[in-house]
Amino acid sequence: MTEPTFAIHSGPAAQARLRRRYARERRFKLMCLGALGVAAIFLVVLIGSIVSRGWSGFLVTQMELTVTYSPDLIDADSPRDGNFRMIVVEGLQQEFPEATDRSAMRALLGLVSNGGFIAVRNAVVDDPMLIGQTVTLWVPAASDIDMLNKGYIDRAAPEELRRVDDQTMAWIDRLEADGKIRTGFNWNFFTTGDSREPELAGIGGAILGSFWMLLVTFLVSFPTGVAAAVFLEEFAPKRRWVDIIEVNINNLAAVPSIVFGLLGLAVFLNLMHLPRSAPLVGGLTLALMTLPTIIITTRAALKGVPPSIREAAMGVGASPVQVVAHHVLPLALPRLLTGAIIGMAQALGESAPLLMIGMVAFIVDLPSGPLDAATALPVQIFLWADSPERGFVEKTSAAIMVLLGFLVVMNGVAVFLRQRFEVRW
Amino acid sequence: MTSIVKSLAIAGIATVALTGGAVAQDTRDTIRIVGSSTVFPFSTAVAEQFGQTSDFPTPVVESTGSGGGLKLFCSGVGVEYPDITNASRRIKEGEVALCAENGVAEITEVMIGFDGIVLGNSRQSDVLEIDVPTLWMALAAEVPDDNGNIIANPYTNWNEIDPSLPAYAIRVMGPPPTSGTRDAFVELVMEGGCEHFEAVTMIEETNEDRYEQICASIREDGAFVEAGENDNLIVQKLEADREAFGIFGFSFLDQNIDKIQGSLINGAEPTFDNIADGVYPVSRSLFFYVKNAHVGVVPGIEEFVTEFTSEDAWGTFGYLTDKGLIPLPDADRAAMAESARSGAALSM
Repeated sequence: MTEPTFAIHSGPAAQARLRRRYARERRFKLMCLGALGVAAIFLVVLIGSIVSRGWSGFLVTQMELTVTYSPDLIDADSPRDGNFRMIVVEGLQQEFPEATDRSAMRALLGLVSNGGFIAVRNAVVDDPMLIGQTVTLWVPAASDIDMLNKGYIDRAAPEELRRVDDQTMAWIDRLEADGKIRTGFNWNFFTTGDSREPELAGIGGAILGSFWMLLVTFLVSFPTGVAAAVFLEEFAPKRRWVDIIEVNINNLAAVPSIVFGLLGLAVFLNLMHLPRSAPLVGGLTLALMTLPTIIITTRAALKGVPPSIREAAMGVGASPVQVVAHHVLPLALPRLLTGAIIGMAQALGESAPLLMIGMVAFIVDLPSGPLDAATALPVQIFLWADSPERGFVEKTSAAIMVLLGFLVVMNGVAVFLRQRFEVRW
Repeated sequence: MTSIVKSLAIAGIATVALTGGAVAQDTRDTIRIVGSSTVFPFSTAVAEQFGQTSDFPTPVVESTGSGGGLKLFCSGVGVEYPDITNASRRIKEGEVALCAENGVAEITEVMIGFDGIVLGNSRQSDVLEIDVPTLWMALAAEVPDDNGNIIANPYTNWNEIDPSLPAYAIRVMGPPPTSGTRDAFVELVMEGGCEHFEAVTMIEETNEDRYEQICASIREDGAFVEAGENDNLIVQKLEADREAFGIFGFSFLDQNIDKIQGSLINGAEPTFDNIADGVYPVSRSLFFYVKNAHVGVVPGIEEFVTEFTSEDAWGTFGYLTDKGLIPLPDADRAAMAESARSGAALSM
């Protein structure tokens, strides 16, 4: 009676069928592998193009400047108001004595970044004893010189098509031959605020702004979200209105972020008259946006705690609040924190809602609290991407690398917490 | 586990205190500036310089677009409203009325200079020479045919309009309708171009709305591509596509002169001198507006206006020209500085 069955599983027809099945399996595996490959290629191209354009943004071209604080140009009573442009020009003329007429002196000024004049000024403001003395300083070079030094300006191009003329290039070559040009790490990039000069612009202000904003977001959305989720999961009666709330929360998680920006504008700025551009308002707006994410992940985490834990706690006489606070929440905490971190990472990368509440702004001074005007990292990237100056191309990519770095770290912490502390049943 | 509950409660209370304690501010010591994205690079450069050389904090400059800026500016008097707004066009009568309605009675208008709008392409291609009416023919949604009838724009290649133009497809990338650059382009090129065609001007007498529509509508059949507000993106696309043209502000041509070239319009090249002299036809004036009621209330406004109108900033060799601003003629500049610093109120 088993014979007919065997006939189906052997014989040439069955062999062919089997081969086809194996072939189909191999094709399917190959297709999946191919999809993975395509995704990996996209990622490599994206990261590759950002890194190749942005790595030089972490470097800065500096030049050695020897200046004399001549008492004719600077008054000992108010060293701030000295004629520092003239001091720098005279210093450069020691190097290039042939530059004497007006246009040549203008060209000399063009070698040094605005930051250079400030550095020369700060040195003497800090130490007025320098007046009458000659000092040597390393100061940032102008953006065009920076671009030339980093190879972004084609030296072979005809002079009128180059932003740096032949004369200036000859000067730079001479400085370089004398070892008076160097490329250093751009520490200022991490500590200063925005600037119109690409060589002086930094993301320090944006990082601080993002920090204050995320702090507010976390303080508002985490307790509220967890409490709401605990109520919905542990205490809510199974009624129609609870279902409606659940559906709404799930819908809110899919609402485009710009809508939250409009809400923030209407409520926090127009109604409550909170200050424009403040991280407090940005944080509150992003808290509204992350709230549904936190509620949903918290509920999933609470669901993951087996009912037997609750029953055991009840069995030894714990009250419902004790069951939740002493047993369910602690066990759900790793997954709950993971969800919160991922929500925060989302908020960190968000820029659209911030457009509406005035955080897309040029802000030089560093924010010292959540009420000071500030921008955030993605907004800073957006602003630089829109700037005409060539030097901002590398700054934009460098800022993207910093933002990606923060996101990788946050997601890494989330994965670590889950792996390290999660209890499996 | 009470520690968790406790810390949650503390966090909650802290949040409430934070939000509750921070309600409406009543004084402000930082100047707030809003407005046009075209004026933004100039305004920020002055703001930064002002922050470095004065004892006042660096003003906060927001890029909201000319219309958005004027709307915020005209919302009222008080620290929560901006002190200065930038505009790449003149304030409209409706906006002055809105201002007046909200108690913003006295406004000082300052014209800071000019900005050229450039039609450009890759340096790898030939320079285009075109006049304003031909450019309108290439970009208008509807154009007159040989018999004077208005038809949907039939031209796909430049040389179909004028045999001297290149023999490749019309493909122009430009800003979206929300942009001030687009407004100015429509006003100067589209509306300036269509009035050269009798078949179109005849319509003006009978149906003005239709005339406006024919003049100002840019084609939507793919020959004109809206490339977003980011002019850098347009420049990058032009490098990649030699047959494409782009519409963008002069400062982007100035910064990328090694990669792109400006087309000659009505025989004039878009250069610094041609725009300053008014020879190049597609240029507009840039402005900022000061709320007089805030002068003396928010510290530093007068000093900021003085910095902006100093020769070091907006003069022929000022730092704003490095950023691409085309200065006013010398006499106008002196008169404008005078009226700006005295706070002469705008009258319309």
